[in-house]
Amino acid sequence: MFKRRLAAIAVGALLASTLAACGGDDSGDDAKTLTYWATNQSTSLEKDAEILRPELEKFEKQTGIKVKLEVVPWSDLLNRLLAAATSGQGPDVVNIGNTWSASLQATNAFVQFDDATLEKVGGKDRFVPAALAASGAEGKPPTAVPLYSLAYSLYYNKKMFAEAGIANPPTTWEQLVADGKKLTKDGKWGLAIEGAHVSENAHHAFTFSQQYGGEWFDASGKPTFDTQQNAQAIKRYIDFIAVDKITNPGNAEYSQNQSVADFATGKAAMLLWQTVGSQLTLRNMKPEDWGVAPVPFLASPPAGGKKVNSMVAGINIAIFKHSKNQEGALDFVKFMTSDEEQIQLNKTYGSLPSVTTVGDDPAFAKPEQKNTQQTLVTTAAPLPQVPEESQFETLVGTLMKDLFADAARGKAPTEDQIRDKLKQAQEQVK
Amino acid sequence: MTTTVSAPDVAPSDAEPSPPRKRRRRPSLPYLLLVPAIVLELAVHVLPMLTGVWMSLRELTQFQIRDWSSAPFVGLDNYRVTLDFNSAIGKELLHSFWVTIAYTVLVVGLAWVIGLAAAVVLQRPFRGRALLRTLFLTPYALPVYTAVITWSFLLQRDTGALNHVLVDQLGLVDDRPFWLIGGNSFWSLVLVSVWRCWPFAFLCLMAGLQSVPQDLYEAAYMDGAGFWRRLRAVTLPMLRPVNQVLLLVLFLWTFNDFNTPYVLFGKGAPDEADLISIHIYESSFVTWNFGLGSAMSVALLLFLSVVSGLYLFLTRKARSDA
Repeated sequence: MFKRRLAAIAVGALLASTLAACGGDDSGDDAKTLTYWATNQSTSLEKDAEILRPELEKFEKQTGIKVKLEVVPWSDLLNRLLAAATSGQGPDVVNIGNTWSASLQATNAFVQFDDATLEKVGGKDRFVPAALAASGAEGKPPTAVPLYSLAYSLYYNKKMFAEAGIANPPTTWEQLVADGKKLTKDGKWGLAIEGAHVSENAHHAFTFSQQYGGEWFDASGKPTFDTQQNAQAIKRYIDFIAVDKITNPGNAEYSQNQSVADFATGKAAMLLWQTVGSQLTLRNMKPEDWGVAPVPFLASPPAGGKKVNSMVAGINIAIFKHSKNQEGALDFVKFMTSDEEQIQLNKTYGSLPSVTTVGDDPAFAKPEQKNTQQTLVTTAAPLPQVPEESQFETLVGTLMKDLFADAARGKAPTEDQIRDKLKQAQEQVK
Repeated sequence: MTTTVSAPDVAPSDAEPSPPRKRRRRPSLPYLLLVPAIVLELAVHVLPMLTGVWMSLRELTQFQIRDWSSAPFVGLDNYRVTLDFNSAIGKELLHSFWVTIAYTVLVVGLAWVIGLAAAVVLQRPFRGRALLRTLFLTPYALPVYTAVITWSFLLQRDTGALNHVLVDQLGLVDDRPFWLIGGNSFWSLVLVSVWRCWPFAFLCLMAGLQSVPQDLYEAAYMDGAGFWRRLRAVTLPMLRPVNQVLLLVLFLWTFNDFNTPYVLFGKGAPDEADLISIHIYESSFVTWNFGLGSAMSVALLLFLSVVSGLYLFLTRKARSDA
């Protein structure tokens, strides 16, 4: 009998230890290790690890801190971050999409970069102001610091433009439509659009709305979806398929970068995208075949219209409050935002540095990077830095996907119909 | 089985009571061995479910998530919002519910009919039967992601194989239809799900058919019963216990299906194919409102429990009546 009981106790103990092992703590528990979740910036997770590993070894040599790396796919990242925030367990340092900054800031799970903390990673003035503005709500200490910066540009096919007798890329939407009509013939189209891509739709909703003088949230953070300006903005974007017919209706179902493929293979002459040059090369488009220009504006903007032609896109780097190695984590953030690493990593990824000190480096002198940099400094604005930002992206992006689906089947939406849909979406923000 | 074995044991003990020591000795080992299973069941199923119910009574958004156990109690507020079908949130949920019902009825029905047909056809041995069986099971054996992403390529408007066949080769329609957006997206979803589900129905029904005695068919045959009569009078009644479980399992799987729509449509399913599992996911994870998402999940859990309970009650009653 005693033996049996002993056996049962042993089984129980074994089970308990297995369960305990399942919930193990990932975070570095001494001053000599850190866990870092990186985002997928290159063509694959493996490639990212390959790019980052030598840099992490450099950091270990400098500080003696070993960094455990995991590259997390975008589809999992938010869920994993939320799980880490809830459980207080997980990595020390993480990359986040900068549009999530304010939402993640609200969780209070991340170290605040107040002036004193910012000083430890080089000071506030070190960072590109537009990029730093996209790292948390206005008036609050940032919840992260910018790491890689991106912005939208207009890409155009030089050969197709020359054949259609167009000398320069369009600078207004009216010109873009006129050029698009000249370019749309023989199964080829003026502009390629990623119509079923929810986030990308929302990015354009933001930019167009700024140009029409609209806002998605008011100063107190309340949603203001249901306005004429926002409806006009969305209509302008949907109309490329619905009215102007310079975009292939098939683009309404694109969500896996098919529009980049269409542009690279000459099926479409223009594309609005964030630094896509390296991808075009991978898809066998010659660098001399494409040109880059700022995203157009309205020819005659209405009262209140802003000169904004891109969101501030990019990746931020943040530190979890639960990290047991805060000093080491700050050292690591300082290392990743150092001049040397900023040049090395942004050059590899085709993005732009988030610090002001290395912008003039020859690595960023190509027209594409110059154009992005110019946009970031002069005409880019961060997406609304409010906790409900992710709801805006989902609701409005999906609504636009449905509008594109209608437009593709010949149903051009009116401004009133769009306003109705925006009203419904706004009621769902809670 | 058990009664015949235990009967001789019981009889002598009635006549001549065994010593109390022997009677009290209860084997504890079987119970102890059950403990790990019970602990795991609690940890894996019951606790998360109870946590879900608890969460549904709280206001749990990104503001509370870090210290989620202290999220403010809001009573039934989340349920009120969820089930207020005049509000935008409730209306969308109700729409999604009806879409899911239609989807489930079609998928379960079609998967079952196709599965049964295939099982009956393959009941008699013939050359190539083993090959066909293996072939039929392929959709079930493929990983969901791989299978469904392939479908999403096939169903694309401009480059997909389906339109290539329909429009370019057969010339059935002039205008290339969309399959992944708009109204057709619902039918695409049904098609892909039936394709994924029917092999499971086939597998279960095939196994069920193995236990139908051959002489029943022979007797029916001698009585002059044709194919349909034998199907109705022999096969279906004999498959009843299998069907009872199979239909319930298919119903629950299909109703809760997340992977197929998620891989097929990505983030933001088309309105016409907005299944409830995706809808709830977007109402909680994507929009960071976990209390509301939990309330929707609990409401769904209750609905599924009631339907399953009713189903089991009615089928059992029907069986005992028969």
